[in-house]
Amino acid sequence: MGIMDFISIIIPLTLAAAAPIISASLGGLFSERSGVVNIGLEGLMMIGAFTAATVTVLIESSLGAISPWIGIFAGIIAGGLMSIIHAYVSINLKADQVISGTAINLLAGGITIYLAQIIFNQQRTKAFLYGIKKQNIPVFAKLPVLGKMFFSSVHITSYIVIIIAFIVWYVVYQTPFGLRLRAVGEHPGAADSMGINVYKMRYIGVILSGMFAGMGGSIMVLTQDIQYTYATIHGTGFIALAALIFGKWHPIGVLGAGIFFGFSQALGVVAYQMPLLKNLPQEFFWAFPYILTIIALVVFSGRSVAPRAVGKPYEKGER
Amino acid sequence: MLKFVTDEKKQKFLVPLLSVLFGFLAGAVVMIITNINPLDGYKALIKGVLGNPRKFGEWIVSSTPLILTGLAVAFGFRTGLFNIGAEGQLIVGSFAAVAVGILIKAPKVIHLPLVLMAAALAGAFWAFIPGFLKARFRVHEVVVTIMLNYTALNLVNYAIKSLPGSSNTKTVAIQPTADLSSDFLSKITSYSRLHWGFVVSILMAVLFWYIIEKTTFGYELRAVGFNPDASEYAGMKVDRNIVLSMMISGAFAGLAGAMISIGTFDYARVIGSFEGYGFDGIAVALLGNNAGLGIVIAGFLFGALKAGSRAMALASVPKEIADIIMAFIVLFAAMNYGIKKLLVRLGKEAK
Repeated sequence: MGIMDFISIIIPLTLAAAAPIISASLGGLFSERSGVVNIGLEGLMMIGAFTAATVTVLIESSLGAISPWIGIFAGIIAGGLMSIIHAYVSINLKADQVISGTAINLLAGGITIYLAQIIFNQQRTKAFLYGIKKQNIPVFAKLPVLGKMFFSSVHITSYIVIIIAFIVWYVVYQTPFGLRLRAVGEHPGAADSMGINVYKMRYIGVILSGMFAGMGGSIMVLTQDIQYTYATIHGTGFIALAALIFGKWHPIGVLGAGIFFGFSQALGVVAYQMPLLKNLPQEFFWAFPYILTIIALVVFSGRSVAPRAVGKPYEKGER
Repeated sequence: MLKFVTDEKKQKFLVPLLSVLFGFLAGAVVMIITNINPLDGYKALIKGVLGNPRKFGEWIVSSTPLILTGLAVAFGFRTGLFNIGAEGQLIVGSFAAVAVGILIKAPKVIHLPLVLMAAALAGAFWAFIPGFLKARFRVHEVVVTIMLNYTALNLVNYAIKSLPGSSNTKTVAIQPTADLSSDFLSKITSYSRLHWGFVVSILMAVLFWYIIEKTTFGYELRAVGFNPDASEYAGMKVDRNIVLSMMISGAFAGLAGAMISIGTFDYARVIGSFEGYGFDGIAVALLGNNAGLGIVIAGFLFGALKAGSRAMALASVPKEIADIIMAFIVLFAAMNYGIKKLLVRLGKEAK
């Protein structure tokens, strides 16, 4: 396989694998920047994916090609609603946030298949006809060289997510809202004394995380699958968590980490055609992002990059 | 009655009981919303556990690994560590048991203990990594153990396929001398898959209790969990204790893996995604108050849910209701701070 062939195969695969990771990881960024750990990203992605697949299946016969977009919208709403449980339990009831996130994952795994049984009478949703199809991006696809490499036969959702990452950067670093969000995650007590409502900001952070994870799940099922099954998300929420850490809790870092992890998964898909890599087992490529994250954690250790108050419940009046 | 409710010590028992009650109530609400009679559902659940000797045997089979992963998570909790990696340690342990079970030939009295030891050691090794990274580099164990879960899943799947004679989905059967299964136990439970593993898990619960409550080492571990700085000041080796505690925790999880691979089955399987024993262990530990006896009880409760859910599916209740109920129990148990506050307020209002 020539280098150009390789590039034209690997780039669309990378972009497709990266989009759900980046989306959910940006969600995790909102939550953790506000001071709430969210290891429930995986479950929130499941909820989003299940809702998106189900809505698409149910409306596609009457609405046609626009159905998956409505499906994504529904997935975003569902993820946001589900995350309210995590917000309430960890912010108001001050429960251990890791345990609450674990409960979200357990609940999502159960409730999605349960509902599939109720709605479709099987362990998975029905297959949808209208997923998000690959397409040429208007205007950009006509660019010389780059057009063919980056903008031909790709999912437009990948580019939407990349643009969103820059918007998130602007919101978190250039607006008063972003400043407040980061403040309650670093020094909730100080933020409170300046009149910022800590609980409210944390609620917003967690619910945004649910919506973004829901979007990631929706995009994942509609671009890479034909239906929702228990294995649709298969750990992508945890890769998103890894991307958040690897990207040092910064939107552009998350974008880079997401693309990198997407690349490593894409490499796993095409490795069997590659001269040097084909001797490596595919499982190695699947494990790669996780091993890399552990190494990154060790390298970053000693420099505190995580939001300072992350994981700690805020008790008003406590110093 | 109200005194009972507000007494701190009694709350230790009351909060888990309430969590279970609320969990089943929430499950009933889910069933009602989806147009299923919860009474039918729960009747099927009870029948699915106690209906006949075979079902009883399968109940114990389901509970055995849950008790061990519960012990694993709880041992970490007691030292102030959150071992969310029991899942990965279990996978590594289940593979080690099968590998030793296939590759080594020895009489049963040597082989079986050797296989169990291999599982425990493999789990301990897998947990050593996050323990060491925490002690040496202050890297948080939650993230490392999550990442190691997926690493284990993928690498072990590869390792399974590489054992001599393996197909793409499973290994060959282990030597009979390495097998935990028992014709006697199977026969008295009308040919269920019941094996000697439950004895191992009960013994481990006793060992857990003994280490934590009766040894200086256990006392130090608990002290480190309560206040690492004070323990350091008192001359305890905090870093060493973190590593040791993770390793013991991992050994329990590794044994849980053996219960599945050389007990319930007699080969290792390539799995596409986690089977959830490690995550369920978090639920077991929480509900069991991180104490030996509590964990055994909680393990049997969740084992009943898992085993009985198959019978619920026959009564046209989707078996995932078991996961939903478990998730709610975890949520309510996690809320114990809130529930305790509520109970105290109830008590005050009554006065």
